[in-house]
Amino acid sequence: MAEQVAEPKMTTRGLAVHYGSKLALKGVDLDITGGEVTALIGPSGCGKSTFLRCLNRMNDTIAEARVSGRATLDGQDIYGPGGIDPVLLRARVGMVFQRPNPFPKPIYDNVAFGPRLHGLVAEGEEMDALVRKALERASLWNEVKDNLGQQGTGLSGGQQQRLCIARAIAVEPEVILMDEPCSALDPIATARIEELIDELRESFTIVIVTHSMQQAARVSQTTAFFHLGEIIEVGATEQIFTAPANDLTQGYITGRFG
Amino acid sequence: MTATGEHHIVKSYDVELGKLEDALARMGGLAESQLAAALQALDSRDSDLAGKVMANDGQVDALQSFVDEQTVKVLALRAPVADDLRSVVAALKVAGEIERIADLAANAAKRSLVLNRLPPVEPMRSLLRLGRLAQVMVKDVIDAHLGHDADKALVVRDRDQEIDDVYSSLFREILTYMMEDPRNITPCSHLMFIAKNFERIGDHATNIAELAHFRVLGKAQLEARTKKDDSAFIGGEPV
Repeated sequence: MAEQVAEPKMTTRGLAVHYGSKLALKGVDLDITGGEVTALIGPSGCGKSTFLRCLNRMNDTIAEARVSGRATLDGQDIYGPGGIDPVLLRARVGMVFQRPNPFPKPIYDNVAFGPRLHGLVAEGEEMDALVRKALERASLWNEVKDNLGQQGTGLSGGQQQRLCIARAIAVEPEVILMDEPCSALDPIATARIEELIDELRESFTIVIVTHSMQQAARVSQTTAFFHLGEIIEVGATEQIFTAPANDLTQGYITGRFG
Repeated sequence: MTATGEHHIVKSYDVELGKLEDALARMGGLAESQLAAALQALDSRDSDLAGKVMANDGQVDALQSFVDEQTVKVLALRAPVADDLRSVVAALKVAGEIERIADLAANAAKRSLVLNRLPPVEPMRSLLRLGRLAQVMVKDVIDAHLGHDADKALVVRDRDQEIDDVYSSLFREILTYMMEDPRNITPCSHLMFIAKNFERIGDHATNIAELAHFRVLGKAQLEARTKKDDSAFIGGEPV
């Protein structure tokens, strides 16, 4: 019996981004499989972060950025008339940034922020339960449960990043975008985040931009190599790191590039 | 800056991979000359030379230990990927195969000491022929591995069939001589063991060919070669 091939969670076709007159992304086609971690790797300026930001329309906030081509979430267009409303899109496609950026508010309010904005649950017991669940899933609950009134900015870097992940998953997104989420963290905090990514993968689709080859190898199932605004190679992570098909990919991941 | 260079940005990485490659080249060269010397010792009934072959086996073992340590070091410190990873993993396994080849050559030399005290027997000529086939195969396969030549590796791999065929016919020949005259049994038994050593060397060379292929092309497993060494069935046929 033929195996049922699942529709990709997100797709892009000919996705291009101009920053003013500069073409930063040159028409990228990529399928992002649901329930998987997709890693985007490539040298600085290759377009991987630009690509990531297209997936929840973060580029809209940059005045000179112009996006063309198609991007879909569950088959529905993200851009163009008839596209998903950007506010709803960002609730379905959450984001975690490079530097932990908790709000200067108590831990509790950081996590409750999104659910309140979208009116997901009532204040009180329901919100308490939601905050607790999000912090538990972000593996932060045990460390902060007695200090939920403490400022989020007062936590360690690794804790702050897990708080940001808790904040992102509190609104029950379907996809989580991570832009170098561990680059400001020490190896222990990094390992915690990687373990967390492994666990979250069961409930969410994750797309991660990373400069660490080893991180991409450790956490992802699919790896896409970007170079000069294009995808050079995309494949199973295991294949990319043992026998890449493209010489540029090989040069980059082995450190023989340029 | 788009070109993919031959060299790593971090030069010391190249140095460390180079050390592995050099050690393999030296091991390969040593194993080849050990095998050549063992054949020479058999051919000319030269017990001194056989003794030297036995004494030199330690050098190959020492190089294998070096490759083991260097491989672990590179894996731990450099976390190699892609073709680098394949080179390092292949080096570890090829070193094991070469060590076995050298061991089998030393064992052939050791048995020659007994043969030299007994009258010469006729199947020695066929045995030497088998040994030379194995010797050429070892040389070519190590060249293919060090030269990143996957095609050559496949050609060498296919040559193992010839070795198996010669081994099978030698097996029959030796049996015949033993049946002909019981005095031949002692030298012929030693010949049989040496012949098996050479046949095994062909198998190790085949393994190296597959590793060379994996190292260059990254395909984990080649289709298994059909093995037609039928010596295991000889003597069991209905008369």
